Amino acid sequence: MTEEKVKTPAAKAVKTKLRATGINKTFKRDGTETSVLENVELEVAQGEFLCLLGPSGCGKSTLLNICAGFLSPTTGTVTIDGEPVTGPDPRRIFVFQERGVFPWLTVEGNIAFGLAKLSKAEQAERIAHYIKMVGLQGFEKAYPQELSGGMKQRLEVARALAVNPDMLFLDEPFGALDSITRLIMRGELLRIWEAERKTIIFVTHDIEEAVQLADRVVVMSARPATIQTIVEIDIEHPRDISSPRYLELRDGIFNEIGLAHKI
Amino acid sequence: MTLSQPGKWEKYFWPVLTAGIFLVFWHYAVIASKSNVFPGPWKVLGGAQELMRKGVLIGYIRDSLSRVGVGYGLAMLLGVPFGLTLGWYPAASQVVNPVIQMMRPISPLAWIPVAIVLFGVGNTSAVFLIFLASFFPIVVASMNGVRNVPSMYRRAGRNFGLSPGKLLAKVVFPAALPQIIVGLRIALGIAWLVVVAAEMLAVDSGLGYLVIDARNSGNRYDLVIAAMIMIGVIGLALDLIFRRLEQIKSIRWGFRLEA
Repeated sequence: MTEEKVKTPAAKAVKTKLRATGINKTFKRDGTETSVLENVELEVAQGEFLCLLGPSGCGKSTLLNICAGFLSPTTGTVTIDGEPVTGPDPRRIFVFQERGVFPWLTVEGNIAFGLAKLSKAEQAERIAHYIKMVGLQGFEKAYPQELSGGMKQRLEVARALAVNPDMLFLDEPFGALDSITRLIMRGELLRIWEAERKTIIFVTHDIEEAVQLADRVVVMSARPATIQTIVEIDIEHPRDISSPRYLELRDGIFNEIGLAHKI
Repeated sequence: MTLSQPGKWEKYFWPVLTAGIFLVFWHYAVIASKSNVFPGPWKVLGGAQELMRKGVLIGYIRDSLSRVGVGYGLAMLLGVPFGLTLGWYPAASQVVNPVIQMMRPISPLAWIPVAIVLFGVGNTSAVFLIFLASFFPIVVASMNGVRNVPSMYRRAGRNFGLSPGKLLAKVVFPAALPQIIVGLRIALGIAWLVVVAAEMLAVDSGLGYLVIDARNSGNRYDLVIAAMIMIGVIGLALDLIFRRLEQIKSIRWGFRLEA
C-alpha cells in the first residue's frame, strides 16, 4: 500500500489553492487544554476534490473550520490563493452537516440569500439555474420544512453555488441522509463538481464515500489529529465501485486506519 | 394504517355540546340553590342586552381594548428592540438581567399604588400597568430568542458576507421570531388580565370597571357575569390572532417539533 502514498497531486502540475502550514489547535475547557490538531501540513490544488477522512471527533471538522476562517489556529497559518485566511468569505462557502438552510425562507429565498448585490433579473436567472442544477424545479416557493432531508441538503449546495464561490467546504454534508439518498447525492455532487470545477474540501468519516468522491483522501489519526497518510485515488469518474483498483484503495485505507475489513 | 380522523362536524359538535351541557347545568344549579343574587344564563343574557341597548358595552370594550392597545403596543415597540439588543450583546444582558429577573416576579397589581402616585387615578395609570405587565415577558422572550439562534445560522450569514447589522436583520431576527411571537402572545394574555384589574381600581370605564361597578351599585350580578363573559370572549379572540400568526409559513417552522 505504501507505494500509493502520494504527498502532492501526482504529475498534475496545477496551482495551489489552499496551503495550511504548521497548524496546531488546542481547546481550553474547564482549565485543561486539549490538543485537537497537531502539525497539520496540507496543500490543496485548484479544482481538486479533497476528502478529510478520520474517526468521529478526531478534529477533521476543526481543521475544516480553520480553513474556512470560522476558527483561528493556535499556531500556524492557512493561505488561500496566497492570502492568509482571517475570517469567512463569500468566495468560499461552508456547507453544514445538516439543516444549514434558513427555515424562514423559501427555496428561492434561500438561494437568493447571498445574491443581494445582484439585480433582480440576475438573481432570478441564478436562482432558476441552480434550482435546475440541483433538481428542485417545482419547489421554488416551498419552505424547507416541506422538503425531505436530501432536498434540503441539495438546497444548501445550491445556495452555496449560487454566489459562485471558488471553494466549497463540506462538513459531512450527507451524514444525516439515508444510504440510498446518500449514494444519489454523491453522484449529484460529482456531476456538479465536474461542471463547475470548484475546489472542494469534503469532511467525512465514511471510507467508501471518500474513495468514491475524492482525488485524494487525507487520512487523519484519532485525536490529537495528525495527517496519517494521503492516498491518491487514481480512478477515472464514473468510478466502478466493484473494480479491483477501487477495492484495493478502499481496503488500503481500512488497513491504514487499523480496521480489519470484516464483520 | 388507519388512524381515525375526526370528522369535520366533530370539530364543532363537541365544543357546542360541552357549552350546552354547561349552560343547562348552570341554569338548574341556580334554580336548585334558590339564590336570588346569582343569575342564571337567561338573566345574564338579559343583562347583556340591557348593556347593549344603553350603548355602554361597546364603549367599555373600546376603552379596555384601547388601553391594552397603547400599553401593550408601547411594550412591544420598546421591548422587542431592547430584548434583541440584550441577546445580541451578552455583556449588556449581564448588566441588566439581574434587575429584569427581579422585576419579573412582581405582580403588575403590586404596581397599582405606585402607578397612582406617579400618574394619579386615570387612564395613564392603567396604561402604565399594562405596559409594565407586558414589557418584561416580551424583553425576556426576545433576548432568549436571540441567544437560542443556532450558531450555524449566524455562521452561514457571516459566510455570505453579511455585516453585523444585516446579520441581525436577515438572520438573527427571523431565526428568533418564533420565540418572540411566543413572548408576545404570553404578554398579550397578561395584558388582558391586567387591564381588568387596573380598571377596577384606577379608572371609571372599561370592562373591569363594569364588573366592579355592577356589583357596587345594586348587586347587579347579571351584569357582572355578562361582563366576565365578554372579557373571556375578547381574550380568546386576541389569542386567536396570535395563533393565526403562528401559522404563517416563515414562522411556523419554529413551532414544529422537528423544525
